[in-house]
Amino acid sequence: MQIDLLQEARRQAEICNACRYCEGYCSVFPSMHAGRAFSDGDLTQLANLCHNCRGCYYACQYTAPHEFDLNLPKALAEVRRDSWESFAWPQPLARRFHTHGGAIALALVIGFALLLWAIRSIGSAGGDGFYAALSHNAMVAIFLPAFLLPLISLVVGLRRYWATVDGQTVRLGDIMAALSMAAKMKDLAAGHGEGCNFEDEDRFTHGRRHVHQAIMYGFLLCFAATSAGTVMHYGFDMPAPYPLWSLPKLLGISGGLLLTVGCAGMVALKLKSDPDLGDVHAWGGEIGFILLLGFVGLSGLVLYLLGSTALMPLMLALHLGAVLAFFLLTPFTKMAHGFYRLTALIRDAQRKRS
Amino acid sequence: MNDATSLATSYDVAIIGGGNAALCAAMTAAETGASVLILETAPKPYRGGNSRHTRNFRCMHSGPLGPLVEDYSEDEYLADLMKVTGGKTDEHLARLAIRSSEECLPWMQDHGVHFQPSLSGTLSLARTNAFFMGGGKSLVNAYYRTAQKLGVDVLYEAHVTHLELNDNHIDWIDYTHDRADHRVTAKSVIVASGGFQADTDWLTRAWGPAAQNFLIRGTPYNRGVVLADLLDQDVDSVGDPTQCHAVAIDGRAPKFDGGIVTRLDCVPFSIVVNKNAERFYDEGEDVWPKRYAIWGRLVAGQPDQVGYVIIDAKSLDLFMPSVFPPLKSDTLEGLAAEMGLPADKLRTTVDTFNAACGDTSKFHPTELDGVTTTGLTPAKTNWARPITEPPFYGYSLRTGVTFTYLGLKVDENAQCSTPSGPIKNLWAAGETMAGSILGQGYLAGFGMTIGTVFGRIAGREAAAYAN
Ligand SMILES: Cc1cc2nc3c(=O)[nH]c(=O)nc-3n(C[C@H](O)[C@H](O)[C@H](O)COP(=O)(O)OP(=O)(O)OC[C@H]3O[C@@H](n4cnc5c(N)ncnc54)[C@H](O)[C@@H]3O)c2cc1C
Ligand code: SF4
Ligand code: SF4
Repeated sequence: MQIDLLQEARRQAEICNACRYCEGYCSVFPSMHAGRAFSDGDLTQLANLCHNCRGCYYACQYTAPHEFDLNLPKALAEVRRDSWESFAWPQPLARRFHTHGGAIALALVIGFALLLWAIRSIGSAGGDGFYAALSHNAMVAIFLPAFLLPLISLVVGLRRYWATVDGQTVRLGDIMAALSMAAKMKDLAAGHGEGCNFEDEDRFTHGRRHVHQAIMYGFLLCFAATSAGTVMHYGFDMPAPYPLWSLPKLLGISGGLLLTVGCAGMVALKLKSDPDLGDVHAWGGEIGFILLLGFVGLSGLVLYLLGSTALMPLMLALHLGAVLAFFLLTPFTKMAHGFYRLTALIRDAQRKRS
Repeated sequence: MNDATSLATSYDVAIIGGGNAALCAAMTAAETGASVLILETAPKPYRGGNSRHTRNFRCMHSGPLGPLVEDYSEDEYLADLMKVTGGKTDEHLARLAIRSSEECLPWMQDHGVHFQPSLSGTLSLARTNAFFMGGGKSLVNAYYRTAQKLGVDVLYEAHVTHLELNDNHIDWIDYTHDRADHRVTAKSVIVASGGFQADTDWLTRAWGPAAQNFLIRGTPYNRGVVLADLLDQDVDSVGDPTQCHAVAIDGRAPKFDGGIVTRLDCVPFSIVVNKNAERFYDEGEDVWPKRYAIWGRLVAGQPDQVGYVIIDAKSLDLFMPSVFPPLKSDTLEGLAAEMGLPADKLRTTVDTFNAACGDTSKFHPTELDGVTTTGLTPAKTNWARPITEPPFYGYSLRTGVTFTYLGLKVDENAQCSTPSGPIKNLWAAGETMAGSILGQGYLAGFGMTIGTVFGRIAGREAAAYAN
């Protein structure tokens, strides 16, 4: 990991540890105040506990022009991104996408081209609905590895993280504690429950929490839709297409709507917020990722609407191309933060119990 | 609002200062429908004076209230105050502040302040002091938001230079903004511009040349300009200029605005020497919070107004970390070199101290443990353990001034006066009138109590007069 980023975070953490005024805001401070000196692993853990709500920036009496120049949200955001890049595997891919929105767009185009090519050259094996454009077997052949490879990559990254932050043997209770924090997005409400300082300097709002909830639950619903389809296909021999009043469709449409609206909201929020309180270098990569995720949702909805028209194969290529790019980039984009954050919360639960 | 030309030329209430007292006055006055102007000399990032450095306020309560546990009665509060001020307290005004503090807490919440449980390392205050979540700057931010919602006009970088006093009436206010002179009139005027501690020349006149070496813990903007202007016009004052609240802080702190992180809590576990490597006071006299303020004056009395704390490895984890890491060496001689102390003299002082230490088996870091030296002057009467275990650590100490006491004399309506009677339209709140209550000494969290209580009173009275 980059020494200068860690050193800057350490300098700031030492000031915070002598001050402690922000202790009530989030999980970062109680964890920070448990020690006196900060190892690289400690700082990596703190960085992954922070969700960049900026409460501690606007509350800080030491921000520039003060010579102590506190900007903890930024310092932790930089260490956080650096940690994801350093732990990601394989390395040559790791350092492209967090900082380069353009690289994400390129991946999308490649995914789209690949799917178009697949539709052209493999085509249907006589299926109905979308399978009329691309056979079920071809879809599985493309998406099974596209789903599994990133998972393997994530596991490698998270194991490296766990070793760095001195993780202990995980107990069920640790996981339950972490999941309950994440499900409520407790930290995103801030210690007093009035939200983040993301839109208008020090005004607290719930906007970011709400769009984040929309994105997370939208994504989970879409994922559930696919899973439901898979179970129906293999378990009950009920292949697609499904009618509107079916589990995959209901989950998929509501998920797609939430995802699209959530991502649009998140982009709008990011445009309003001060980029200098986050990782400026990652701004393009983050926007690129949100747009990609939003595009997955939107293209899925459009595909549903145009499903019985001549535009269907083109939309299918667009949608599946975006899904492919999204899956493959998971370990190397902002998508990884969900996994790291959950891992950090598990580690924090261990700290609290010891 | 950043532009003097967009202001009205006349207001019901004009308030000088932009800290806690000013904001409490502004919100209270605006809630009655009065038009209110805040003139704050600091630029926006530094708005809020010393209030932006605070962390809690002291609050009377019967039964749990907000973050506060158990009870804290009026009499106990007053007794605590009398203890630290040695009885130099205006009991009538003090009781008024204490009694009103209880209703302040919910009022503060209604105006946007969030509280949090007592911070780690400060559990002893969980009953008496309510901590602001995010500290004083977040309180100040919340109040500015509420004030602006109530229609209060705020002008930053508006430096008030003069209040024109004629026949016990303030006729107008002069201020500079954007390199130009401006004048505004108001039916009522509230002074909430703090003490004069950031004016080193004034401190030097009161304290002598030693004051040049004092550090100022809070804002560089409280230079007492308005206070001096009013004193020149014979407005009644209280307190004397040599009284200030001062503590011993890390000698490497910046000249201004170092705030809370520069405090050092290690004195009870140390020996403290002057630049000649001689001890000069009992480091173990009492638990640290109670001695905190004494050491500011002790260090001010030493040559070059500097002290040096020496501890060894076994004490390093017994106190809250401070912002700068300690100097460190494997030998005392090495530490002396790093600190610029005479090495042989330091060796003698430490050896003499170590030889005077006795049985340390009763050592207890958070209680008066009676582990004392024998036959040593000055004695160390608690926590006296020999300094033997390398590495050795050192901090330099300087006097850090929190605020000055010389201020405007007010009555129970926060109203100012001259020898010929009350000034019809002038009130004062906060640090600038704290001397009306505190003659000397200080009780943690009482500054914000005074500012909140008297800010609200001043706002109410000023608005009533204007309407
Ligand atoms: C590091 C530190 C920690 C503290 N912690 C606590 C604590 O935890 N609890 C507590 O109760 N007290 C604490 N205090 C004391 C507390 O800060 C003060 O008692 C309190 O803030 C005073 O409020 P005030 O509004 O009177 O003054 P301030 O908040 O200092 O406000 C004065 C305002 O006047 C403005 N001003 C000055 N001159 C002019 C001028 N000529 N024209 C226009 N504006 C002017 C200043 O810019 C400032 O905005 C602390 C002090 C320090 C330094
Ligand atoms: S961010 Fe600033 S106010 Fe908050 S704990 Fe750190 S130093 Fe203190
Ligand atoms: S930005 Fe928010 S989450 Fe991150 S450390 Fe500050 S208060 Fe905590």
